Amino acid sequence: MAFELELISPIEVAKDVALAVQEYTLLSAQSLANFFRRPLYMGDMLHQSDLIGVGSLPIVILTGLSVGALLALNSASTLQRFGGITLIGQLVSIGMVTELGPLITGLMVAGRNASGMASELGSMIVTEQIDAMRALGTDPTKKLITPRVGATVFMLFFLTIIADLLGLIGGYAVAHLLFGLNSQQYWTSVWQILVFRDVLTGLIKPVLFGFIISTIGCYYGISTRGGTQGVGRSTTQAVVAASVLILIVDFFVTKLIFAIFGYR
Amino acid sequence: MPAPTLPSENPAAAVVNPSGYAIEFDNVSIAFDENVVLDGISFQLPHGETKALFGVAGSGKSTVLKLAMGLMRPDGGRIFVLGEEVTRMSEQELFELRRRVGIVFQESALFDSLKVYENVAFRLMEERISAEEVERRVREALRFVELEQTYDMRPSELSGGMRRRVAIARAIITEPEVLLYDSPTGGLDPVTSNTIVELIVKQRDVYKTSALMATHRLQDAFTMATHQFDKATNQMVVLPKGQHCDVPMSFLILRDGKVIFDGDGHQLATSHDDYIREYIS
Repeated sequence: MAFELELISPIEVAKDVALAVQEYTLLSAQSLANFFRRPLYMGDMLHQSDLIGVGSLPIVILTGLSVGALLALNSASTLQRFGGITLIGQLVSIGMVTELGPLITGLMVAGRNASGMASELGSMIVTEQIDAMRALGTDPTKKLITPRVGATVFMLFFLTIIADLLGLIGGYAVAHLLFGLNSQQYWTSVWQILVFRDVLTGLIKPVLFGFIISTIGCYYGISTRGGTQGVGRSTTQAVVAASVLILIVDFFVTKLIFAIFGYR
Repeated sequence: MPAPTLPSENPAAAVVNPSGYAIEFDNVSIAFDENVVLDGISFQLPHGETKALFGVAGSGKSTVLKLAMGLMRPDGGRIFVLGEEVTRMSEQELFELRRRVGIVFQESALFDSLKVYENVAFRLMEERISAEEVERRVREALRFVELEQTYDMRPSELSGGMRRRVAIARAIITEPEVLLYDSPTGGLDPVTSNTIVELIVKQRDVYKTSALMATHRLQDAFTMATHQFDKATNQMVVLPKGQHCDVPMSFLILRDGKVIFDGDGHQLATSHDDYIREYIS
């Protein structure tokens, strides 16, 4: 079978990227502006909250517990060597609340929901349902995108808190059951090490990640071209782009918080 | 076959703007990459008339409908719908205009996550009309297309012809002033096609709705040109000989991005253009 190699000009690629960034920015801005325009589709937002929030709960519980337990398990051997096993609570606490809780929850929800949004909206595009919605006088960004953005941001915030808590419980289970650490000692160190900056970092990130997941998922869905094959492509691209963007934003938010509040 | 009973013979849809046309294309062009689909086409759709749009696959029939609805923007030219210049309107302004225009998509484009009644009621629910009123009007619209029994069903449970009829019910529920049909009988069996043609004729003759219908099926358009809807018997009847084409029905043929014919059935039948003669033979 012969393959034809098509050479694409770097300028064309740059133009396509610039256009995609522009369209994504406009879509994101519009999804936010719609919160201040009527009608607000509260029913759709609640429905999406159920799908995104309640639907993601099992996977968030599982990953939260696992990550907390693994963090405790991996750090315990090193801490034990230096006689610092009592610090395990501090390590799990800082790790989960500022970094791993938001990040792992964001990545899990991105895998589950950015793909879901891209495939759902992509299917609606290829079957002309989005055009039908516009033809029926309804703005698809208001009806479909804004409720998803609102629901994802809102639910990811609480999912992250749940993941943080379960991570701490997972860490406690390992510290107490495997290393015999006293319950009070663990929970006191967990509590005492956290400062305002840590909690703020841990609560800002899910809001940003939720926005990234929903807008990226919707953007790739709504810009689907090329039939069912295009839907598959959009779904994959949405998960990859959302995950990469979450990692990048995570780094810069952490750096920004350090720059504002200083290092520990 | 008698047509379904009329739900409410409210002639609201017959209210027309006394000046201008229902739809007017003025030198409209559009290209996708290097492919010029429409190359400066102009035509008018008078109020109350149904115009059948013909052309080979890819000739731009569906594009004409989407341009009229403002779902696409032309590269050049002007489009007027119900006296308003679609080509100059923002998306927000278009949402208002689209409430006065109904469209039936080629593949029906029903919302597959919603039930039949939610699909048909979509526009009414967006307008926050009371639940009782919505139910009454949805049942009327479904009765109009003889599908009241599908009220609680999902689109995936319907056949292609039933989906097309539900799409018609969704398009007519707000009694639009203009209807756009994109291949309404494409891929359907002759009996179902005839039912749909009858619904379109009824919409034309009873409600006086202006319509643009993209189709491949010349026989459907000729049926529409040679029949009228008889309110007394509630069915489509053939016009007496000599009165064929005496209904508000016209034909438009697209070829290579240009309009090569725009006229009534009689003019079409007597055309000397080789391509047209071959097309209609």
